Amino acid sequence: MKEDTCNDYYSMPDERGHFGIYGGKFVAETLMEPIEELRQAYEKVKTDEKFQAAFDKDLADYVGRPSPLYHAERWSNELGGAQIYLKREDLNHTGAHKINNTIGQGLLAKYMGKKRIIAETGAGQHGVASATVAARLGMECVVYMGEEDVKRQAPNVYRMKLLGAKVVPVTSGSRTLKDALNEAMRDWVTNIDNTFYIIGTVAGPHPYPAMVRDFQTVIGREAKRQILEKAGRLPDALVACVGGGSNAIGLFHPFLGDEDVKMYGVEGAGDGIDTPNHAAPLCAGSSGVLHGNRTYLMEDDNGQIIETHCVSAGLDYPGVGPEHAWLKDCGRANYVAITDKEALAAFHELTLTEGIIPALESSHALAYAAKLAKTMDKDKIIIINLSGRGDKDINTIAEIEGIEL
Amino acid sequence: MSRLQASFETLKAARKTALIPYITAGDPHPSVTVNLMHDMVQAGANILELGIPFSDPMAEGPVIQLACERALKHNVSLTDVLGMVKEFRSKDNNTPIVLMGYTNPVEVMGYEKFAKAAASSGVDGLILVDLPPEEGADLISALKVNKIDMIFLLAPTSTDERMQLICDQASGFVYYVSLKGVTGSANLDVASVVKKVEQIRGHTSIPVGVGFGIRDAESAAQVASVADAVVVGSALVNRIAENADNPEEMSKQVCALLSSMREAMDK
Ligand SMILES: Cc1ncc(COP(=O)(O)O)c(C=O)c1O
Repeated sequence: MKEDTCNDYYSMPDERGHFGIYGGKFVAETLMEPIEELRQAYEKVKTDEKFQAAFDKDLADYVGRPSPLYHAERWSNELGGAQIYLKREDLNHTGAHKINNTIGQGLLAKYMGKKRIIAETGAGQHGVASATVAARLGMECVVYMGEEDVKRQAPNVYRMKLLGAKVVPVTSGSRTLKDALNEAMRDWVTNIDNTFYIIGTVAGPHPYPAMVRDFQTVIGREAKRQILEKAGRLPDALVACVGGGSNAIGLFHPFLGDEDVKMYGVEGAGDGIDTPNHAAPLCAGSSGVLHGNRTYLMEDDNGQIIETHCVSAGLDYPGVGPEHAWLKDCGRANYVAITDKEALAAFHELTLTEGIIPALESSHALAYAAKLAKTMDKDKIIIINLSGRGDKDINTIAEIEGIEL
Repeated sequence: MSRLQASFETLKAARKTALIPYITAGDPHPSVTVNLMHDMVQAGANILELGIPFSDPMAEGPVIQLACERALKHNVSLTDVLGMVKEFRSKDNNTPIVLMGYTNPVEVMGYEKFAKAAASSGVDGLILVDLPPEEGADLISALKVNKIDMIFLLAPTSTDERMQLICDQASGFVYYVSLKGVTGSANLDVASVVKKVEQIRGHTSIPVGVGFGIRDAESAAQVASVADAVVVGSALVNRIAENADNPEEMSKQVCALLSSMREAMDK
């Protein structure tokens, strides 16, 4: 379904927040004016030198950017194919790429004079990153988290509490990320006057998908500069995991115009995409409307959203950012899926060969890149977005493997 | 003349305000819905708002969220909801029915297919909470062809500019969401509702309904003094939930609340 909107990968979203047929502003009337105010504020700060300088300074001095681009030589040799470089977002303050976005939105909240921050979280990384920013800006912070996720990500729940945030377990629906998002939307609509909603991925109504992307493209801009320095050329392929798609679009976007760079977004296949238990809307879903935008969804024939399954909470989401939906239809990026089992194997592989404990989300990207590398020559280059570190997942992994800590 | 238009004109002539109860189709069981609809008309309802159950009802408070969950336990689909309307129509061809829900079930069925099926089942209007006019062009035209009114929401945050944009596309009636919040909230501020309704009337001559936060005879009567229609939802759904195992008692409780509202509104 290659449309003519695919001619220019930097032309999206259009004025109405559409990426081709995807995206848009599917929200209740109460939120229409607030998201318009947000859009206008964001448009202003985009070209505001003082704002951008403050953002860059925080990324450097507080987050610790640029994050290294690390040549995983030992693992590359073991795989026997392409050279693998890891973009080390796991080394960021708070341990994942999520902080890039929360720094940006936190500054915007301050700019807009908001005093209260709310956020949804799945793995807890975005919740921690939001709580971190709120602590630093002296703002109240409430984080919505599915009851299931509160259980599987206990260390992050405690971190958020230490940071002064209130964590609200969400007991409606499937009790995971999508329900946390519903609940955050309900809070937002109720407290619209003083509250800024920091969405953690490239989903939600316009301008969120574009705004979160813009805050995350620092990943791809750095990676491009770093690979040119280290290897003297652009990579052959980029690989990133896709929950909502923020770390993936952050890496992909600056390379979209480089036609020879292939891109692979990796979804959670759970027990397999031929089973009902997965979280792979791009690979096995269909188009629909959820959480403010039109995109690929996991849904049944009646338009009800289906419960997803993925070992990593951060990928356990039935939708995906609308720009990915568009890039898929354009054929610019490829979307694939990795099972829980494959991700767990890759988790151990990287830990043992490189001494890096990756997040379970990122392990999906690692597992796919490992397969891909084997099909490529040794002089080829793959950059993987190592979106987060795995400390938060050790309880989950121990439990799966029957080990008592 | 459409059923909605006829209903509003009759009420206007009698100097009455429309009472619009909301229930979720299939809550707590698909077998109770059509009977309950008839009973509510007997108790003084003029227009019925029937909720299409959705897995992710973002604008609903806990009461209607749970109603959706109860209905979805029985896999109540949009097709089933249309079937209930059709069954209702076999005995009542006058009371207007407005469906209320979220975009995705309608989108997945397909706009044209939905509009045709809804019209032939006897649906008069549609409210989709998460479909502002900016995203609604295709659906609006499909509905128009089939003579179904697209009913848009207005909110406390709507600017004059938005009110105009929305009123220009609205038909049937416009629905003013009386508070910043989800359904079933308790912070209804009557004075500000009065002001907003006046402001809306500056933009349109079609009827103005008010909903969210109306829970008893007193609040219904207060809102009725300025609005053309009063919508009550969570307060009824609560009574449905409390009597889920006893359809007779459920109907009695629901109708008692409606009658008390009717009486207070007509005073
Ligand atoms: C480490 C890590 N990677 C990836 C994700 C998935 O989000 P996204 O697809 O927006 O990058 C998460 C989400 O919680 C995460 O914590």
